[in-house]
Amino acid sequence: MIEAFSILSKTIAMPAVSTDQVVQGIDLSWAGFILWMPLISLLLCGLCAAFKVKSKAPAFITVICLGTSFLLTLLLWQGYDEPVRIHLFDWLQVNLVDGSFVANFSLYVDSLTLLWMLFVTGLGTLIALYASEYMEHDVGKGYARFFAGVSVFIFAMGCLVMADNLLLLYLGWEGVGFASYWLIGYFYQRPSAVAAAKKAFIVNRIGDVGLALAIYLIWSKFGTVQYDEIKTALESYQYNASFGDWSVHAIPYLLMLAAFGKSAQLPLYVWLPDAMEGPTPVSALIHAATMVTAGVYLIIRTYPLFMMPDSHALETVAWVGGLTAFLAATIGMAQYDIKRIMAYSTVSQLGYMFLGLGVLTSYGAAYHVFTHAFFKAVLFLTCGAIMHGFAGQLDLRRISGLRKMKGWKIVSYTMLVGCLCLAGFPLTSGYFSKDAILAQAFVTEGAGFKFLGWLAIFTAGLTAYYIFRVWFRVCCGPVQYEAGDELHGQDSSSFHPHAPRFTINIVLIVIACGAVLSALPYFMPNETEGIHGGWVAEMIYDSPAIAGVPGASIESDSSSQEVAQGEILGMDPHTAMYYISAIVGFVGIGFALYFHLFFRSAADKLRGKLLANRATRWLPTAMEHKWYVDEVYIALIRSPLWILGKLFSLVDRYIIDGALVNGIAAIPRCVARWFSPLHNGAVQSYAVSMIGGAILIALLMLFMPEIIEFLQAATTDSGEQTIALLGGGQ
Amino acid sequence: MMTSSVLAGYLIVSGLLLSIGLIGFFVRRNLIVMFLCTELMFQGAAIAFVAIGRFLFDYSGQVMVIFILTVAAAEAALALALVVLLHRQRDTLDADVFGELQE
Repeated sequence: MIEAFSILSKTIAMPAVSTDQVVQGIDLSWAGFILWMPLISLLLCGLCAAFKVKSKAPAFITVICLGTSFLLTLLLWQGYDEPVRIHLFDWLQVNLVDGSFVANFSLYVDSLTLLWMLFVTGLGTLIALYASEYMEHDVGKGYARFFAGVSVFIFAMGCLVMADNLLLLYLGWEGVGFASYWLIGYFYQRPSAVAAAKKAFIVNRIGDVGLALAIYLIWSKFGTVQYDEIKTALESYQYNASFGDWSVHAIPYLLMLAAFGKSAQLPLYVWLPDAMEGPTPVSALIHAATMVTAGVYLIIRTYPLFMMPDSHALETVAWVGGLTAFLAATIGMAQYDIKRIMAYSTVSQLGYMFLGLGVLTSYGAAYHVFTHAFFKAVLFLTCGAIMHGFAGQLDLRRISGLRKMKGWKIVSYTMLVGCLCLAGFPLTSGYFSKDAILAQAFVTEGAGFKFLGWLAIFTAGLTAYYIFRVWFRVCCGPVQYEAGDELHGQDSSSFHPHAPRFTINIVLIVIACGAVLSALPYFMPNETEGIHGGWVAEMIYDSPAIAGVPGASIESDSSSQEVAQGEILGMDPHTAMYYISAIVGFVGIGFALYFHLFFRSAADKLRGKLLANRATRWLPTAMEHKWYVDEVYIALIRSPLWILGKLFSLVDRYIIDGALVNGIAAIPRCVARWFSPLHNGAVQSYAVSMIGGAILIALLMLFMPEIIEFLQAATTDSGEQTIALLGGGQ
Repeated sequence: MMTSSVLAGYLIVSGLLLSIGLIGFFVRRNLIVMFLCTELMFQGAAIAFVAIGRFLFDYSGQVMVIFILTVAAAEAALALALVVLLHRQRDTLDADVFGELQE
């Protein structure tokens, strides 16, 4: 309290002085329009909602605005040659006696920012285009609201990625959380959607606390929240005596908590599967391709903090990532709802990214983010098309042979592309990006990294199995289908699926092409000397992620400079991984082929056998119930909190409201009860009391001398006794 | 010169007027009659003022009476107007009907 006050008084004492702004090179303030375009779109969508526009105008506005953002990002990328800070306007500037707090609305553009912005705005545009058809049953109702939400999301994501300081990043961080809440709860008449929106928001809040504390600690330790200044401060800080301070070491863990919340990692992943209650384009854009990678971005952006000597932060990240990848994959294997399988798959793939960050290949993580954005988007969008065409049907047991139905070819084959990439089929994009991570797990020295590597390879097999389980079940086999429960008045017996039209198909094809082509960066030659890894490595080279770029040298930490060369089965890890992951992928696909295409009854038989045997019964049950994690959270966190809340509410109702507030109010009411009969409204009774009072006063005045005499006599008689009783005095 | 026995006569009349007014005010329910009774009480008081003023050779008693009469006239105009309004509202002049202010 006193500290806060002293800070405040210092603030008042010093007039705020605008700090010098360095805008390097040519004027790039037009780049601000990458952020302003979604805001304009939000405004126009809001106007559409206000004037009850009954057309697809909001969709076109959003697509055009986001498309402009994408083009501007492309322009910025074309003209890029070194990191720049683009000052848009002054935001927060507080001058203190010992330092200052500056957080301006400035953009920091390095190639990492551009990598992220390219796929955020690019996929955002495509998915908005997809949604223009997908959401058409809501035209005039929630249509404008939906696209306003998408615009808010892109704006917030832009702030998050392009910020030049942690506070603006925090604004974007909260903004994407809010947009996610807005869009998950889009179908607000459905209680499950509202519950899912609340769950996502609250679970994210836990992570956000971590980010807020981390920003505070960074400011109090390094005196700044701007990236470039943190970097300089950190370099000089290496030699600071107080480096062993625990609070510095707490920073990466707090950042990690934030990243795990936003990117759905182990303790906090539970919100993501439930987030599938939102419209599918939202799941594809926010909960698969872009927002959930914000955690990866945060860690890459603050990578130097994670690499402080004597810190186990990166090992923790690796372990959490590896375990999440495995756990989510096992859950995904046993679900029947295809959208939910995709959700668990997202959690699992995000786990891979964190594993990559943990084993020091930010290159692998960033590359996987990039490829995953495409193939997971296409997988989600095909799920959405199926859901749209089959009246909300998502159960993979109830749809079969989609490939052979009229008009569903594009959906089936783009889905196959997504599945192949996700399964890590040789020469697909997922194959290369996953290999970069897996191989590095065997190269980098760290606690249990070898084990994590094998676990991740095993998980890759599970991934191939569960994703092809979906594809074989839904797209292959005999043609049969049942409608879902969103029939819109149609009769279920006369139900005919309606195949997606031109817009959805074209978006699917474009994104599927993107998923295929995102393998190409791997083969691009590098311009920068020494590094390899293609275009993505180039893109993160001049960012804080440099430490995780293959071949790049780390100036600050020369002791660990000898490049560790691990080996798997006597081979170079990267070469070995090409074979191993291909084999594992084929095995997974093979299992799926056996159980879900050729002998579908075998899967049920196996399940029955496992259930019949007492020793193995727990396995399928637990997997189908998502390892009971939600139930455990309810028992450990929600129930105690609920009981506590109930207790507080009782205290509030009976002690504070009952005894204190109403109790005090009861006192005047009781007193009033004695006097209220006097006010009976009869004029005569008032007159009687008035006259009676007058007579009483007259009598008193008449007999005043006698009364005074009587009182004096009484005092002299008992006066001494009274004084004695009172214990002396005068 | 007024003797104290003459004064006593005046005061008795004054007391009678006051008592009659008071009793009338207590027992009647008609607002106009009650109002008339208050006027009676006024006059009782006025007689006492004049008589005692005369007895003490002090003109302030008479001044007070003029004052009382003025106030009474003003108050009569006001009160009768109120009575008319009340009658319009409820079609009655029974004082017990106008009891909304009770607790």
